[in-house]
Amino acid sequence: MSKNYDYEKIEKNARLKDRIRNGAVYSVLIFWALVVLFPFYWMVLTSFKSYSSYNSEYVPKFYAANPTLQNYIDAFTAVPLAKYVLNTVIFTVCTTALMLLVIILAAFAFARLDFPGKNAVFTFFLALMMIPGELVIITNFVTITDLGLRNTFTGLILPSVVSVFYIYLLKENFSQIPDELYKAAKVDGTSDFRYLYRVVLPICQPTLVTVTILKVIECWNSYVWPRLITDDPAYFLVSNGIQEIRENGFGRENIPAMMAAVVVISVPLILLFLLNRKKIMSGVSRGGLKG
Amino acid sequence: MEKKNIKGWLYLLPAALFIGAFLVYPLIDVIIYSFEEGYNSASQTFFGYGFYNFGYVLRDRYFLSALKNTFILVIITVPVSTGLALFISVLLSSIKKLRELFQTIYFLPYVTNTLAVGLVFMILFNKTPYSDGLVNVLVKALGGTAIDFINGPYWAKMLVNCVYTIWIVLPFKILLLTSALASVKQDYYKAAQVDGTGCFRIFYKITLPMISPTIFYLVITGFIGAFKAYSDQVALFGVNLNAAGMNTIVGYVYDMLYGDSGGYPSYASAAALILFAIVLTITVINLLVSSKHVFYD
Repeated sequence: MSKNYDYEKIEKNARLKDRIRNGAVYSVLIFWALVVLFPFYWMVLTSFKSYSSYNSEYVPKFYAANPTLQNYIDAFTAVPLAKYVLNTVIFTVCTTALMLLVIILAAFAFARLDFPGKNAVFTFFLALMMIPGELVIITNFVTITDLGLRNTFTGLILPSVVSVFYIYLLKENFSQIPDELYKAAKVDGTSDFRYLYRVVLPICQPTLVTVTILKVIECWNSYVWPRLITDDPAYFLVSNGIQEIRENGFGRENIPAMMAAVVVISVPLILLFLLNRKKIMSGVSRGGLKG
Repeated sequence: MEKKNIKGWLYLLPAALFIGAFLVYPLIDVIIYSFEEGYNSASQTFFGYGFYNFGYVLRDRYFLSALKNTFILVIITVPVSTGLALFISVLLSSIKKLRELFQTIYFLPYVTNTLAVGLVFMILFNKTPYSDGLVNVLVKALGGTAIDFINGPYWAKMLVNCVYTIWIVLPFKILLLTSALASVKQDYYKAAQVDGTGCFRIFYKITLPMISPTIFYLVITGFIGAFKAYSDQVALFGVNLNAAGMNTIVGYVYDMLYGDSGGYPSYASAAALILFAIVLTITVINLLVSSKHVFYD
């Protein structure tokens, strides 16, 4: 009998050990989740504090005693935040649409069409992926300036369109479509362009959506190129707008209003992410190049 | 056949034009720029070709301080962020409940605008006449004295710089490591369990070798990314990074190109090529080291 008792005790010990281990694991994970979420909490919280109450808190409070929407009104009236957002939307939509057009055609040529020099050109494209953007931005800056395209959407958009990596990603995806479909389409007398439009694009829609979302994120957050090419606030994108607000907006150190602006420009991307969580995460793990 | 040839090139034409104009031509041009001595951007004239620009950049104290800052940033953030990401990913892989929720939360910094969230970090660490800031409240609660992290001593600024950089690069690393951990075959773990192997030994002998290609990939991309640091520093310390003493190599390139100290594309090109050479060297060293330690199955 005493032996049975021992087994029970061992099992109990093991279960206790498991529970302690689990508790520790979850505590660490929750702690890290708080570290990640805290800046977001703080920006939303601060955006609801009034200017006077924020500045009177020597020790910042973790709640807003008298929440106010005044900061959001200020963000849209005292600085042209709506204009920055609109500019960014125009920039993002045009750049992404142009990129899709260009890379779909190129990927289709590499995946499906035969022409002399195809492999050489493709290898050359792959080699170009190693070129850091910092290197080419210098000449692009000079080119766009010489063309008189500073402070125009054309100047902002054109150098941002090209993306060798996405051509590669799409080409790999297009190549997975069975040859039989193409041959059948050819027998039916379908033109290449119609085949691309009617067969390839619908089949590869998931990858296209992923590429689109990744490009939208990239455009929305782009800072360096817009900063170099625009000094007229009428053409600022949100990143430059935020920097401008920080350096000279809102008079003296109106932090709650700045935080309202930060919330306004962060929310669209966070919503986009939460709605397309799986697509974005699998897309980034396949092709994200940040870190 | 002739028609088919033209068609292929026709599909490729838009991409070729964009790549030619904004990638290939600039690449050649930047090399030419870097050797043009005494380039004057107003008259677009120069004296001759030579290595003067490289010499100038390498003696410029702003470049040297940018170089130092970038190296410190790289040496601290790459190992710390990779290690931390590995730790969190291993914990994340050991649980079932709430796993997706944690994964979603951990990924959030990836999709945020670095200029915007950097401003929040600046406020958390900033010390103003009105308030010590939240981090300093914490420092004081732990018995320290308030430090100005944004305009104060060098090491304090570097600390914020590293903390923010790690915060912003972790999502990518955690994502890649959790998917790598998920793809390790369960058979290996079961076999080890049957043999009664301890969990640290399992981690060291099975998990680590199996995910070593991902770790290696993250180290390489981490080095490259950290060497190109710029936007995160602007977010924390403002546009004038030289005044803050927190400039980076990329920041130096852009300062030379544009802004108050700009108008010197030759110096900018030389500095950009030096950066490219550094990144290339580090990557090659990484490749050599990894060929001994990375396990590809």
